[in-house]
Amino acid sequence: FLTPSMEDLTSPKQDKENQELGEARRPWEEIAASSQDPESGLSEPLESEQWLETGPQPRSSPPQSPQSRASPPLDDVRGPGAPSPPSPAPEASFIPSTLALAGQQLAAPWQSDRTIDVNPKAETPRSHHLEQSDQGESTAPQTCQSEGDTFQQSQQTERHLYGPEDVSDNNSKQKELRFNIFQEEDSNSNYELDHTESGVSEGAPSLLEIAIQSAKAYLLKTSSKSGLNLYDHLSDMLTKVLDERPENAVDIIESISQDVKMAHFRKKLDTLQNENEMLPIYETAEKQKALFLQGNLEGVDQELEDEIAENSLPNVMESAFYFEQAGVGLGTDETYRIFLALKQLTDTHPIQRCRFWGKILGLEMNYIVAEVEFREGEDEEDVEDEDVTEERDDGDSDAEENDEDELPRTFYKTPQVIPKEENRTGANKYVYFVCNEPGGPWVKLPSVTPAQIVTARKIKKFFTGRLETPIVSYPPFPGNESNYLRAQIARISAGTHVSPLGFYQFGEEEGEEEEEVEGRRDSFEENPDFEGIQVIDLVESLSNWVHHVQHILSQGRCNWFNPIQKSEEEEEEEDEEKEEEKGEEPEYMEQEVGPPLLTPISEDIEIQNIPPWTTRLSSTLIPQYAIAVLRSNLWPGAYAFSNGKKFENFYIGWGHKYSPDNYTPPPPPPVYQEYPSGAEITEMDDPSVEEEQASRAAREAAVLPVAEMGESEEDEDEDDDSDQE
Amino acid sequence: MDAESLLLSLELASGSGQGLSPDRRASLLTSLMLVKRDYRYDRVLFWGRILGLVADYYIAQGLSEDQLAPRKTLYSLNCMEWSLLPPATEEMVAQTSVVKGRFMGDPSHEYEHTELQKMSEGEKVFEEEVVVQIKEETRLVSVIDQIDKAVAVIPRGALFKTPFGPIHVNRTFEGLSLSEAKKLSSYFHFREPVELKNKTLLEKADLDPSLDFMDPLEHDIPKGSWSIQMERGNALVVLRSLLWPGLTFFHAPRTKNCGYIYVGTGEKNIDLPFML
Repeated sequence: FLTPSMEDLTSPKQDKENQELGEARRPWEEIAASSQDPESGLSEPLESEQWLETGPQPRSSPPQSPQSRASPPLDDVRGPGAPSPPSPAPEASFIPSTLALAGQQLAAPWQSDRTIDVNPKAETPRSHHLEQSDQGESTAPQTCQSEGDTFQQSQQTERHLYGPEDVSDNNSKQKELRFNIFQEEDSNSNYELDHTESGVSEGAPSLLEIAIQSAKAYLLKTSSKSGLNLYDHLSDMLTKVLDERPENAVDIIESISQDVKMAHFRKKLDTLQNENEMLPIYETAEKQKALFLQGNLEGVDQELEDEIAENSLPNVMESAFYFEQAGVGLGTDETYRIFLALKQLTDTHPIQRCRFWGKILGLEMNYIVAEVEFREGEDEEDVEDEDVTEERDDGDSDAEENDEDELPRTFYKTPQVIPKEENRTGANKYVYFVCNEPGGPWVKLPSVTPAQIVTARKIKKFFTGRLETPIVSYPPFPGNESNYLRAQIARISAGTHVSPLGFYQFGEEEGEEEEEVEGRRDSFEENPDFEGIQVIDLVESLSNWVHHVQHILSQGRCNWFNPIQKSEEEEEEEDEEKEEEKGEEPEYMEQEVGPPLLTPISEDIEIQNIPPWTTRLSSTLIPQYAIAVLRSNLWPGAYAFSNGKKFENFYIGWGHKYSPDNYTPPPPPPVYQEYPSGAEITEMDDPSVEEEQASRAAREAAVLPVAEMGESEEDEDEDDDSDQE
Repeated sequence: MDAESLLLSLELASGSGQGLSPDRRASLLTSLMLVKRDYRYDRVLFWGRILGLVADYYIAQGLSEDQLAPRKTLYSLNCMEWSLLPPATEEMVAQTSVVKGRFMGDPSHEYEHTELQKMSEGEKVFEEEVVVQIKEETRLVSVIDQIDKAVAVIPRGALFKTPFGPIHVNRTFEGLSLSEAKKLSSYFHFREPVELKNKTLLEKADLDPSLDFMDPLEHDIPKGSWSIQMERGNALVVLRSLLWPGLTFFHAPRTKNCGYIYVGTGEKNIDLPFML
């Protein structure tokens, strides 16, 4: 179906080509003639004679002769038993016959190649052509036999030249052989029409055709990797293009090529490496599969626990939906995985209340943080931990006391360790669990000590994602990354956890009795009568938001711990040290007070003219259903939303505080002054001879008998004696 | 990230918490198409947003056919009306480098900066305090330019250099392989090469001129200014810039999905050496 149109298209070009080639060919005749090997030269005339004779009946016999020439070497290659290649004879004679155009014989090789390559399976068109060719044959005048001779000869020789090459290649060359035959036939049958051009093309194996042949041979070379060859590949590609007729085919030719190759794709030999690369994906999938299956895995005694578990699990998806309105969040599927991971956590631990705290980014891995509250009396593990640490401290101090008594011991007392707050109070009110990715194991973070918070305020480090990483910093951080993470979580919570005014109220029983002594209350409960606040009010006024997590004092605790009471003996030293820290009265330390609980955030301190919070309505387009979004400028990444009745806090970020200035490492501690040079340090001059003599004389005069008895001692202890007296 | 595949890209980049609310997404999808039509860009990238105290700037960039040609930057406060920013000049960068702190969210806001200028009156040379007004828009331009030059990322092979010079999107790019995706050397700065010229012949010997025509990330100073993570079990590689915190680059290995987005305050992390 293709041929006619292609011919029409190509023929004018080929005319030109033909002329050019004809000119180019002349010099080649001589070369070709000389380069013929003797054998071919000998066999040549015979062949051409045969050819001549059979020429007039092109349909039957002439194709035979090229076929017979071609088949023996082929048989050698393929073994004697192999069938000879399908005879191209009937097809051979037709293609050009439909062409009434001059100069076709040179164009023929191109043309026949194309038509056949593009339609390798196109048997029907061929047969169609066959009929045409019959007609063409019959009408073709058979006058110019003599000229035909010469031309045939040239074709023959030319083909002969290629013969050996073709044979030596693999059997894909059969095609090529066939093409050669076609080409001859083409020229032969078409020849009669071509009076004017025949003289030009007379008897020469053209340089161009040799080049074509060698290029074709190159294209047919089988790749050592894929077993394909470019020739077939190109023809497949063109077939595909013509079958599918895509738009702008030239633009997507690469992908077509790829598709064709993929279609050829054979089984990969080196699958080993490939599978290795994929492994981590499977591992994660396997881990996360546990999350999705956990509901089914639970046993029978689920029922009792269910009531509690349902209460303890937060509705992560609901708050994620609201945060998404605010433009914060982790994406739906990750949130859901975290949701499932939280369920896993609440199912495996005695948890009363659980909350998705947020995500802290790390260099290698990230932390997903869950904030939980254990049920009463079920967090005993902590107590044990504390005991261990305390014992260790005691042991150290005991060991020091057993040292020698005589030398003065160091007066330096390490600044008194401020004890950490009990579980469920202050900064240790909640317990935090972290995992690197949903499905991974939850790790409980240790409770935080004031020293860690104090130090954490002075350093700024990236999290790596591995909890055991030591924190290398100045000042030295007491603990590893898990402690630093815990300290940052405490600081962020204290700074950014806010709720709409009125949502929480102070508890009546515990709060007032226990804590009233210090004028502060640190417990609160949900206000059952909370009626909600208008969203627009929440956006417009910061005083409608209050902190519901205790402020952390610069001491590192939420509740004041008076270091003086407990260490009355070293009161003076303590005071001196504390004086530097606080700059307050030396004798009695003033209690440090921070903003009390449920303080409106409008009273937060500004960061160098920057307001600490930014509020916004989530949507300006549909304000009636929008929610209020609060963003902390002090802790970038901390967000809160409220729709009037509900609220949630969320943090995602690197876990660092914002400061407009760059981080400055704390200055080195002051150098301790040396002991002032006084009476205890300076010594008198040695006693002079006169003084000694005088004193000796005095002694002799006073106690004579004693001197005689202790004469030997006197020599040794002369100096001491003189000093003493 | 490409404006056309915005939703997928946002989903991929969501691991850093940098999302867009549904109404912003919808309006971006609409308005960026119009931007593309009106300004006749070949490609429109959603660049990210800069968090201001009062309002956020949403930034988009238009690319011409040559991917490395100077990009046109647009900003919007409501994701619908876009205004073209002037190209950044060295002067602007120098001028705005004195401004610290957060963006306000109001393009006409003027920062006041007092600086000492040498005045000469006749023979006397004395210093005088001059109050310089710097418009926030100027600062925005220079910050975007700095971020683009410092941390815009493109995976190796996603662009190729045509023999005539212009740089085009590589249609045949099928994503990095897993082993390549874990290396910084497979990612390039999405800008005209700077350091490439300074390389020795020996170093250049192995480079493929049609692919390696940009600076790879691996030589960034300070070393370790990138965090590279495999997320979702190696199905996604995420690069986070530590120098400009807020810039996230994502790429799903073996797919064409890649891009970067900046969501942050527009401030450079000058404390980086202390924090590593």
